[in-house]
Amino acid sequence: MTTSNYASERETDEGRVFTVTGGDWDTIVSGTDPINDERIVVNMGPQHPSTHGVLRLILELEGETVREARSVIGYLHTGIEKNLEYRNWVQGSTFVTRMDYLAPIFNETAYALAVEKLLGITDDITERATTIRVLMMELNRISSHLVWLATTGMELGAISIMLYGFREREYILDIFETITGLRMNHAYVRPGGVAQDVPDDAIVKIREFLKMMPKKLKEYEDLLSGQPIWTERTKNVAVLDVTGCVALGITGPVLRSAGLAWDLRKTMPYCGYETYEFDVPTHPDGDVWGRYQVRLAEIRESMKLVEQALDRLRPGPVMVADRKIAWPAQLAIGVDGMGNSLEHVAKIMGQSMESLIHHFKLVTEGFRVPPGQVYVAIEAPRGELGVHAVSDGGTRPYRVHYREPSFVNLQALPAMAEGGLIADVIAGGASLDPVMGGCDR
Amino acid sequence: MTSPTDKPNDGGVPLPVVPAGATSGAPAEFPPASPAGRGMFGNQGTGDVSGYGGLVRQRQPIEEASRPYGGYFDEVRDALEEAYPAFNDAIEKVVVDRGELTLHVRPERIAEVCQVMRDDLALRFELCSSVSGADYLGADERRLHVVYLLTSMTYRRRVRLEAAVSVEAPHLPSVTAIYPTADWQEREAYDMFGIVFDGHPNLTRILMPDDWEGHPQRKDYPLGGVPVEYKGAEIQPPNERRSYQ
Repeated sequence: MTTSNYASERETDEGRVFTVTGGDWDTIVSGTDPINDERIVVNMGPQHPSTHGVLRLILELEGETVREARSVIGYLHTGIEKNLEYRNWVQGSTFVTRMDYLAPIFNETAYALAVEKLLGITDDITERATTIRVLMMELNRISSHLVWLATTGMELGAISIMLYGFREREYILDIFETITGLRMNHAYVRPGGVAQDVPDDAIVKIREFLKMMPKKLKEYEDLLSGQPIWTERTKNVAVLDVTGCVALGITGPVLRSAGLAWDLRKTMPYCGYETYEFDVPTHPDGDVWGRYQVRLAEIRESMKLVEQALDRLRPGPVMVADRKIAWPAQLAIGVDGMGNSLEHVAKIMGQSMESLIHHFKLVTEGFRVPPGQVYVAIEAPRGELGVHAVSDGGTRPYRVHYREPSFVNLQALPAMAEGGLIADVIAGGASLDPVMGGCDR
Repeated sequence: MTSPTDKPNDGGVPLPVVPAGATSGAPAEFPPASPAGRGMFGNQGTGDVSGYGGLVRQRQPIEEASRPYGGYFDEVRDALEEAYPAFNDAIEKVVVDRGELTLHVRPERIAEVCQVMRDDLALRFELCSSVSGADYLGADERRLHVVYLLTSMTYRRRVRLEAAVSVEAPHLPSVTAIYPTADWQEREAYDMFGIVFDGHPNLTRILMPDDWEGHPQRKDYPLGGVPVEYKGAEIQPPNERRSYQ
C-alpha cells in the first residue's frame, strides 16, 4: 500500500475511495487491485480547470478507457429566469446578459426580439438599430469563438494559443467598452432598439480590428493546423454524426461540423440576415478537428458580416419611435460607463416637468406587454438560443425560459466520451464549448 | 441545504389554493390577469385618490383559431389529422397567435403526438428545440403547462405543443424515447415545476441541489426575505416589496 502526498485513501461501504489532487497516475492506481477492481470511478470537477467552469464529470474508467460518463451541472445556477419575473421587461436585459457571459449580446438580442414580438413592434425596429445588433452580434461571435480557441488550446496543451486568443478577444471587448461602456454584461440591446448609438471612434476601432484579424487568424492556423500534437488530439476524436446531433438536440458549430448546414441565420432568418452575404461553413468529419475548422471559418464569415454591417450603417434613430415603449433617457458613455446624458438630466430636472413624469413612469413602472407567448430563436455561437417568453399583460415577464445551447449541447458529452480515452473527454467536452453560466442560468 | 421557507408544509411547497377564476376543460392560453391591469398606480386599496383606481384594462381573449390559419399551419394540422387517428381526442385546442401555431395536447397523449410529429413524412419535426414549464396559477385548474417547441429542419417550420397538468396529478409521459434531447429539459421542468415525466430514465433534480425542497419556479413558491442586521430590519420578498406595477 502506498502513501502518497497526492492521493489519500479511505475505505467506504462501496469500496476504496481515493481523493486525488494531482500527481503521477501510476502512483495513484498502484493502490488499486487490478484483478478485482477493473473499473474505477473518477470524479472530475466541479473545479477542474479543463471543464470550462464548474462542471462535474463522473467517469467510470476501465484502464484509460471511459466506460460511462455522466455530467453533473447546476453549480452556477443563479435563478435568473425566476428573477426576471420580479423586474420589469426592460430590466430583464440586465439579467439575461449575465447568462452566457461569453455571448452577452446574443442573450440580449434574443430577449429583445422576444419582447418585441410580444409587443408586436418587430417591424418598427429601426434599420440602424437592427444593423447595430448584427454588427455587435457578429463581433461577439468572433470574441466567443476566440475564447473557445484559447481555452481549448490550453486544455490540449497549447498555451501560446491561449494567450493569443485572449489577447485578440480583449481587442473586441475594448470595442464593446467604447460602444456600451462595459467589457461584458452590457445590457446594450434592449426591447425597442439599442441603448445608445455607436460612437465614431468605435467604427475606427472596428475597421482597425478587421484589418488586423486576418493576419492573426493565419498565425493561429500556422501554430495549430499543421502541428502533429494538435492534429493527433483532435482528428477522429469525439465523433458525433448528424443523426446523433439532431437526436440530442445539438445545434451550432457541432452540428455543422458533422456536415449539416443548419444555421438559423440562413434557415430561419431574423434581424435581416437574409440580406447579408455570407457562407455557412461545414465539415464532413464531425470530430473535434472539424469543429475547430468550422469555428475558424465562422470567424472569417463573421468578419465579412461585420464589414457589411459597417457599410450599411446610415444615420438614424436607434430606438423605436413609440414614446410609450422607447427608453426615455438619452444615454451617453461617460468615464465611468453608461449613464444618463447631461443634457437629458438638465432637461428633466430643470425644464420639463412632463418629461420628468414620463421618464419616471417608464423607468420605475415600465411598459405593459399584451398577454400571450412567443418563442424566438437566434443562432448564438454555441447553437440555437431560444427564448420562450410569456406575458400576462403586465409590466413584468410572467415567465421567460432560455433554451440555452450550452445546456442542451452538454447532453452529448456521454455520447462523445464513452468508449474513448480519458484524455479525449477533455477534447470532446471542450469542442462542445459549454459555458456554464449559460448552462445553469 | 434548506429551502427559503421554514413553514411546515407538503414538501416545501405551499398547499395549492383553489385558483380564483379557474376554468375547467380546455387549458388556459393566458396567465391570470396581471395586477398591473388594474388601476393606474398599482394601488389596490384606498390609497389612490386620483379616482382612476377602478380602471380595469380590457384583455383581448385569444380564441380558438378558425380555419384557414394561414401559412403552413393548415398543412401541419391536416397532415397530423391524417397521420394520427386520435387527433380529435388528443388535441384540445388550436391557437394561432403572433404568427405561431400552438396545439394544446391532452397530457396523456403527448408522447404519441410527438412520435407522429417526428416520423410522419409530411410533418418531419426532427428536432425538439425546447421543453419548458410554465405555471398558470389562478388561471387554470391544470396549472402546470409543459411547452414543447418542435422544429422541422426539412420544411423549416416550428410548432408549439402545450400540455397542461394539475398540481395534484402532475404526470405526463416523457418524450425522451422520441427526442433524447428532452432528457435534461424534462429534468429541468421537474426540478423547477414538479412536473413528473413518466418513463423518463433518470428524473432527478438538475439545477437545484438534490436535497432541495419544493419547486422554485412555481408561482406560489415562497420567495423569502433577507434578514438585515440593522435594527431588526428585514428585506421583504420581491413579490411583497412596494413597487410600481
